[in-house]
Amino acid sequence: MSPSLSQGIPLASQVINLCAAIMLLIGFAMLAQRRVLTLINLFMLQGFVLFVSTLIVALTTKQNHLLWSAGLTLLLKVIALPYILHRLIRRLSVKWDIETLLNIPTTMLIGIALVIISFNVAQPISQISGTITRATIGIALACVLLAFLMMITRSKAVPQVIAFLAMENGLFFAATSATYGMPMVVELGIALDVLVGMVILGVFFFQIREQFDSLDIRHMERIKEE
Amino acid sequence: MIELALVLAIPLAAAVLLALFGHYRVAADINSAGSLLTLVAAGMLTIRVISEGPLVVLDEQFFVDPLNVFLIALTALVGFTTSLFSRPYMRIEHDHGRLSASRLRLYHSMFQMFMCTMLVALSTNNLGILWVAMEAATLTTVLLVALYRTPSSLEAAWKYFILCGVGIAQALFGTILIYFAAERVLGPLGGALLWTHLDVVKGGLEPTVLSLAFVFLIVGYGTKTGLVPLHNWLPDAHAEGPTPVSAVLSGLLLNVALYAIVRCKVLVDGALGTHFAGNLMMGFGLLTVVVPAFYLSRQKDVKRLFGYSSIEHMGLITFAFGMGGPVASFAGLLHMTVHSLTKSAIFFAVGHAAQMAGTQIIDNIKGLIKQSPTIGWGLMLGALAILGMPPFGVFTSEFMILTTAIKHYPWATPILLTALGVAFAAMFGKVQGMVFGEPTGRPLSHNPALLPVFLHLGLVLMLGLWIPPYLAEWYRQAARLIG
Repeated sequence: MSPSLSQGIPLASQVINLCAAIMLLIGFAMLAQRRVLTLINLFMLQGFVLFVSTLIVALTTKQNHLLWSAGLTLLLKVIALPYILHRLIRRLSVKWDIETLLNIPTTMLIGIALVIISFNVAQPISQISGTITRATIGIALACVLLAFLMMITRSKAVPQVIAFLAMENGLFFAATSATYGMPMVVELGIALDVLVGMVILGVFFFQIREQFDSLDIRHMERIKEE
Repeated sequence: MIELALVLAIPLAAAVLLALFGHYRVAADINSAGSLLTLVAAGMLTIRVISEGPLVVLDEQFFVDPLNVFLIALTALVGFTTSLFSRPYMRIEHDHGRLSASRLRLYHSMFQMFMCTMLVALSTNNLGILWVAMEAATLTTVLLVALYRTPSSLEAAWKYFILCGVGIAQALFGTILIYFAAERVLGPLGGALLWTHLDVVKGGLEPTVLSLAFVFLIVGYGTKTGLVPLHNWLPDAHAEGPTPVSAVLSGLLLNVALYAIVRCKVLVDGALGTHFAGNLMMGFGLLTVVVPAFYLSRQKDVKRLFGYSSIEHMGLITFAFGMGGPVASFAGLLHMTVHSLTKSAIFFAVGHAAQMAGTQIIDNIKGLIKQSPTIGWGLMLGALAILGMPPFGVFTSEFMILTTAIKHYPWATPILLTALGVAFAAMFGKVQGMVFGEPTGRPLSHNPALLPVFLHLGLVLMLGLWIPPYLAEWYRQAARLIG
């Protein structure tokens, strides 16, 4: 990296670290959140934090393409996806749904273990990374793994999908913090995939509820391993 | 240039056209015509690459070398024969009332879209685009698997989406890591995701990052390849989707996912200089050969049975590429080809067999040979071919894989042989029960298109007896690329 990047960074770097910490916190909050509506709001907040951190990285490092990807984040993760999700839960009338989660403390403990693992795994990468955001690579990986954990522990369709989207947030954060973002064409492709996937899943929710009278995945399991 | 553009543009155009007119009767013809044109374009592309060497086009975003041109040709060929098979098959499904006209439109359009995403994944030079295309392929096939909208098909599609979505997210992390390592060498504007650039500098990439990246990549793309223990979605998706979709899933998509792993392996090998990636692939491969072999005997659904068989063969190919070297890589490529052709032929036969019997339950399908000799013998010969009987091509490639294993990894040979033996015993008995005996089903309302079955089996037989010299040379070149 050019030497100019290493000057006058501390403040921006601190703000980015703060954003990373908030991302992680939201990751844990989502893990323990039982209300579908709050979950969507948390997801929106996570998207917003991601947007802020990408924007700061873009402004401090003068990487213009990151401005575009910050805009993309704002458009997709703060506006479009939460809007689609809100509409979906209203039309599916699961807006006030509360999921019974078993063993929140255990899940949290596993989550903490995952964070420690991620930091260990990310350490060698952080050491050779030249970006101002290198300290956050571990957190990005932790966000991915926490979302993964959430996906495993949830049994309802909507929270599972939110977990999937949160995982994508973590990956995007990893891309920004390790490398100042992927090339634009790739980011656009990923965004398109996520959006199309969301629309398809939205249709699926209705089909699933029609067939199973519920959005609870545990009602599926009709295909038995013979 | 123009050939590659055609290969990618024809399926896309066909998908758009079919999204508009897919509910008319002519849709099946458009589907076949589009697939035929794609095949012709792929043939032209192949000739071009053979005569002029590797091709890098369109701002270096796409490139074609001996490794992927052979897969592009294979994909276009199986896509075309599958579209021929699906004409009578889908019409019969429509007659039975399992599909409405609008579902047929979705089917036709998504079939072409699926072909397009696979061809993009195969021909792209950009690892990021490769990921995007793989994810898009997942999305299109999720729609295809859920086509019947029955509870079990929705469940299969959901499982498929969630498992492959999670898996492929890991692959994205791996891709980010490769980009990160490459950017340090190539700089932000050096096209750090372009495979051709990466291949040049692979020796200078940071080994720790690359080995970590490969773990994520093999887990990610391995989920889509159906590697154990990430294979759970595969039998469900094969059993619940329409049969043409099972044929292209098994015959093509698994290959494309494996291709992605192999491409990444080349980079990781170059950076590490050790056999780390190969060992990882051998481990996954061996597990993937052994586990499904023991599941085969417990299957009651015929499409699940062959789904498990696909997992087993993917394991074998992964193992072969893991061993590496000119012979094993050659065998892996040959096995990819013959498995694609044989497995899709089997699914064509199985599809019509299930339609005649009105069920996919193995015990209720009987007397296929008596009722329809072509379907019965097609299934029987296909099963013999996939089980590795000489003189079919599967025997040749399995023989090459086993002899290489005996030479370099003797401990793996008894494990492989046991698994293959168990698979033979389980599958042969079940297929025998289906093809012989007194028929129970009713005749089909439309003549089945069985030309694809025998075309595929004929090609597999030919590859077992004689590999045309230019094809062998082509495999050799590709094997050299893989290393």
